[in-house]
Amino acid sequence: MSIAPRLESRSITVTRSGRRIVDDAAISLIPGELTILAGPNGAGKTTLARALAGLIDCDGTVTFDGKPLQAMPLRERARALAYLPQGHEFHWPMRVDAIVALGREPHSDPFSRTTDADRAAVARAMAAASITPFADRLITTLSGGECARVAIARALATEASVLIADEPTASLDERHRLIVMELLQTIARQGAAVVAIIHNLALAMRFADKIVLMNEGRVVASGPPQETLTPERIASVFGVSVNRIETPDGPLLIPSRAL
Amino acid sequence: MTSSTPSRLLTLMLAALVVALTIVSLMTGPAQFPLGSVWKALVSDQGVETIIVRDIRLPRTLLAMLIGATFGLAGASLQGLLRNPLAEPSLFGAPQAAAAAASAIMAFGFASALSVAVPLGGIAGALLSVGALVAIAGRRASLTVTLLAGLALASLAGAAIALILNLAPNPFIALEIAFWLLGSLQDRSMAHVWLAAPFMVASWLLLALNASAFRALALGEDAAASLGVNVERTRILVVIGVALGVGAAVSVAGAISFVGLVAPHLVRRFYGSDPARVMLPAALAGAALLIAADIAVRLVPVPIEIKIGVVTALIGVPFFLAMIFRERRVLEDSTT
Repeated sequence: MSIAPRLESRSITVTRSGRRIVDDAAISLIPGELTILAGPNGAGKTTLARALAGLIDCDGTVTFDGKPLQAMPLRERARALAYLPQGHEFHWPMRVDAIVALGREPHSDPFSRTTDADRAAVARAMAAASITPFADRLITTLSGGECARVAIARALATEASVLIADEPTASLDERHRLIVMELLQTIARQGAAVVAIIHNLALAMRFADKIVLMNEGRVVASGPPQETLTPERIASVFGVSVNRIETPDGPLLIPSRAL
Repeated sequence: MTSSTPSRLLTLMLAALVVALTIVSLMTGPAQFPLGSVWKALVSDQGVETIIVRDIRLPRTLLAMLIGATFGLAGASLQGLLRNPLAEPSLFGAPQAAAAAASAIMAFGFASALSVAVPLGGIAGALLSVGALVAIAGRRASLTVTLLAGLALASLAGAAIALILNLAPNPFIALEIAFWLLGSLQDRSMAHVWLAAPFMVASWLLLALNASAFRALALGEDAAASLGVNVERTRILVVIGVALGVGAAVSVAGAISFVGLVAPHLVRRFYGSDPARVMLPAALAGAALLIAADIAVRLVPVPIEIKIGVVTALIGVPFFLAMIFRERRVLEDSTT
């Protein structure tokens, strides 16, 4: 049995200054699955994620439910795909609920008022990310982990069927990393197609339904975590040797030394 | 767009303040008129009083209102686009560039002061300055790059003015340019109002179109684009909108600066930082500030009227320094 992919890309190539940053990459995101995009620095993960989100020009095709993304109007695309960029930028000291409400922008026109549906979606997103208690606080007063959850809630508020998250766990402590990963998994379980760029191989192994491994612009492996993240492949792609430890939560990969 | 009841009340109060200052402005001058006679002079022919109110005070008051609103809105819009409360047209020489272009047209005899060529020249000058800044600031629009590029562009506009003064065919033109650069609303007629107003209104409309885009841009350009904002189009609309407004304003009133910095900052403490919500209040506050400044220059007991551009700079620059002082932690952090 196979479920039709929600978002599918075929032979994506992104060239900048003559260099192929993403080279002939294919990726398909299935509803209900958490896909993790892994690979060393400079592998082209962020560029591929931005191409999937339709934010940059690329060769090849990205389709959403079979329709080419390039042909979709901007706002329709914004309702279909939520994108969470790296680094959680918040440029103004706005209130948390106002920031989460930005996720509803694709649903409103410039002159319409906030609807009950918007308010309900914002409340759901804040509850899912456990940030309801600080809805009325300014973003500048929150910790890094709280900001990361606000950013995710903003992306959730769109209630898009695809979520593309670029390093949502970067610079978070262990507990918040797990909270964010569990949240992404829950979103997928509720029916969204989720892809996240994750550097930590242990987290990838533990939470991914599927791993897409990139190196030097190419997708070098794609599939279930245990088949994809083999010690040999990790050695060749990341240049590290790993120890694999069996735990009650599944196998754990611990990098031991740089090769 | 949503606005809660208290902020709507505040906006109404700001609008009422603009109306009140407009009335005071019509009453104030070497000859003080009570409210009743101002009204009579406006609606019926009262001889000298009508000439003073209709032909001398009304044009300068309307220009102060229009230009103040234009600068307030232009400042709020640039700040929204660049996600930076220190962005202001005059910080990267937009008024100076507009003044240089407009004065060059007059200095070298291409057109008279009331020709539409003057505002068009001013708009072209502002377009170059604002367009260059937004292009250099680029996708990330970091504080350091924006401010350094602004400094360079302001210096370039200054150099262009120096060149025009240098090449001025006679000293009277050089003097005229020098006075223009001080910025003034003195001795303006309704012809000036009609010359500049259409461009300024067009600027307001172009800038207002971007309100929700500014709000989404609070999350950075990629996130805004993913929310359906056409970032490239927003950038172009803001550059053209600011250039139209600043160019037209400078063409009739000379280089008036810092209203675009002060007005949005003042309203932000009451309306919060939402870049869309501060736009209308910033325009109203800009209008109120400039009318108030224009009343003030008439009240200061000096033999020669102080130019309004001098007043706004004298208030604006210390204000800017205070803002830098308060934001210095952020400024020190932004190394990129």
